[in-house]
Amino acid sequence: MTDSFPKKLVFKDSLKNFLFAFPAIAIFCIFYIVPFIEVFRLSLMEWNGTFPPPEFIGADNFIEQAQDKLWWGSMVNAGFITIIALTFQNILAFALALACDREIKARRFYRVVFFIPPVLSEIVVGIIWQWILYSGMQGGEHIGLLNYLLAKTGLPHLVHNWLSDPKTALACISIVHCWKGFGWGFVLFLAGLQTIDKQLYEAAKVDGAGGWNVFRHITVPMMAPIIVVVMILTVLGSMQIFIVMIAMVGQGGLADYTSVPVLQILFSMNGAKRFGYACSQSIIFGLILICVSAFFKIISNRVKQA
Amino acid sequence: MKTTNYRAINTFKSVALHSFLISVALSCLFPLIWMVRSSLMDPETIFTEKSLFPKAIRLVNYYNAWAEGNFGVYFLNSVLYTTAVVVGIVFISSLAAYAFSRLSFPGKNIFFYMFVGAMMIPLPGSFVPLYVLMSKLGLLNSRLGYILCMINVGLPLSILLLKTFFDKMPPDLEDAARIDGCGRLGIWWHVALPLARPALAVIVIFNSLNVWNEFILAMLLLNDKAKMPLQLGIMTFQGAHSVDYHLLMAGLTISSIPVILIYLAMQKHIIKGLASVGVVG
Repeated sequence: MTDSFPKKLVFKDSLKNFLFAFPAIAIFCIFYIVPFIEVFRLSLMEWNGTFPPPEFIGADNFIEQAQDKLWWGSMVNAGFITIIALTFQNILAFALALACDREIKARRFYRVVFFIPPVLSEIVVGIIWQWILYSGMQGGEHIGLLNYLLAKTGLPHLVHNWLSDPKTALACISIVHCWKGFGWGFVLFLAGLQTIDKQLYEAAKVDGAGGWNVFRHITVPMMAPIIVVVMILTVLGSMQIFIVMIAMVGQGGLADYTSVPVLQILFSMNGAKRFGYACSQSIIFGLILICVSAFFKIISNRVKQA
Repeated sequence: MKTTNYRAINTFKSVALHSFLISVALSCLFPLIWMVRSSLMDPETIFTEKSLFPKAIRLVNYYNAWAEGNFGVYFLNSVLYTTAVVVGIVFISSLAAYAFSRLSFPGKNIFFYMFVGAMMIPLPGSFVPLYVLMSKLGLLNSRLGYILCMINVGLPLSILLLKTFFDKMPPDLEDAARIDGCGRLGIWWHVALPLARPALAVIVIFNSLNVWNEFILAMLLLNDKAKMPLQLGIMTFQGAHSVDYHLLMAGLTISSIPVILIYLAMQKHIIKGLASVGVVG
């Protein structure tokens, strides 16, 4: 009797404590954990989303996926955008951060302006750029600003159907993606640069190190962890790009030259009505993303040890 | 002689540096300026006139977009969703973070690592099973359904940020409140929440921007025009009136103004928050 009384109290106490976390755990279990498990179950099914009910087909979805040229083509497109973002966008972000990490005029202004594109929505960004790159004509004038300027500045041979030509559409989308994204890298790089002790630079100068050597032997090693974080975020963000595409070339942009994996998943689900196949695609894509991030982590650990 | 040479080189360097920075800054601002100027143009001349300051300025475009283009409804829906989701996230995540940081109950660590794990594992197609679940729950085309989904999206990061904050909070304050007769809930409300204001600011700003700019879940879950938020409304408008670029641009401007104002007012918090998110990620 005397033993069970405190036990009951302890139980009541834990229960009250648990109630604090309960709303979060409940929402999370319903809207994250359940779908997470469902993805694996549905990936083994053939299902059109309504009736007839899901039919078990084993690993057929995964086998089909391995041979799906559209799917792997979309992966190549996303890879192309990712490589452009990793190089062009991140180098630009790093250069801008270096330029702003010193006593220059209007530093605050630049910092504020560079982060405006990232706070805009992808839909807004996509449509504005689609409007600028518009390729039609009316009354003998180019509608899109870019083509108009090209024609007026004596470069009419460069006028182009930017977003409907397979050769340029993906490149244009990549550049818009970089335009929207470089501000993130810039802010993270700048935050990193500002944590580097300025005395290190002074000491290097006293030792007679030139600009390049200071950059190579102080800035880059000190920045390595942040560079890795930015690269992983860039890969995850660029591989999963799709809203900018919906806004720039429409969902009918499913012609294989501008398709990306998330659009393929969306199409498997909403267009082809194959929910099981969409789930198997999202599992494989998730695994690829995890592998790529892990690859960057391992490389960075190697570099750290060296 | 030599000093002037150095000075010339320095001036040259600084001019080159600033022209680089200014050209990038202009490339950030120009598309927005172009959007606003297109939103003020006459539908007759918008396709042919290219001056930065058009001759006739039509403010009535904004009225037409708001009323006839349905952007008024979309805007109010976005305000509703953003407010509801952010308030929900602030309460739910701060209660949970406080429990994870200060209270004890069985399974506490498992649940906490579940949230952390959710942030580490990318699941790009998670909208597929989520859509299935929502249709089973009868929450398709429901405001509540969309709000709950968006609360879930914001929870893990918010809980993680707040827990790290509560972990650093001095326990003396809580002891003092306890002596004054505060219960758990009282301590959370009177001590923990007020102290966590900087972290809460970051959470409010980031989640507001995230909900305001969200597109994909809205597209999958909501198909009634009366319930759509702005981003989905813009795409719906574009699909129905593909040539009304003056109204479309007015719609884009309506959607962007709140975001830019919040950003300009709160940019210090945003930069600080980004750094902490970067460290977490």
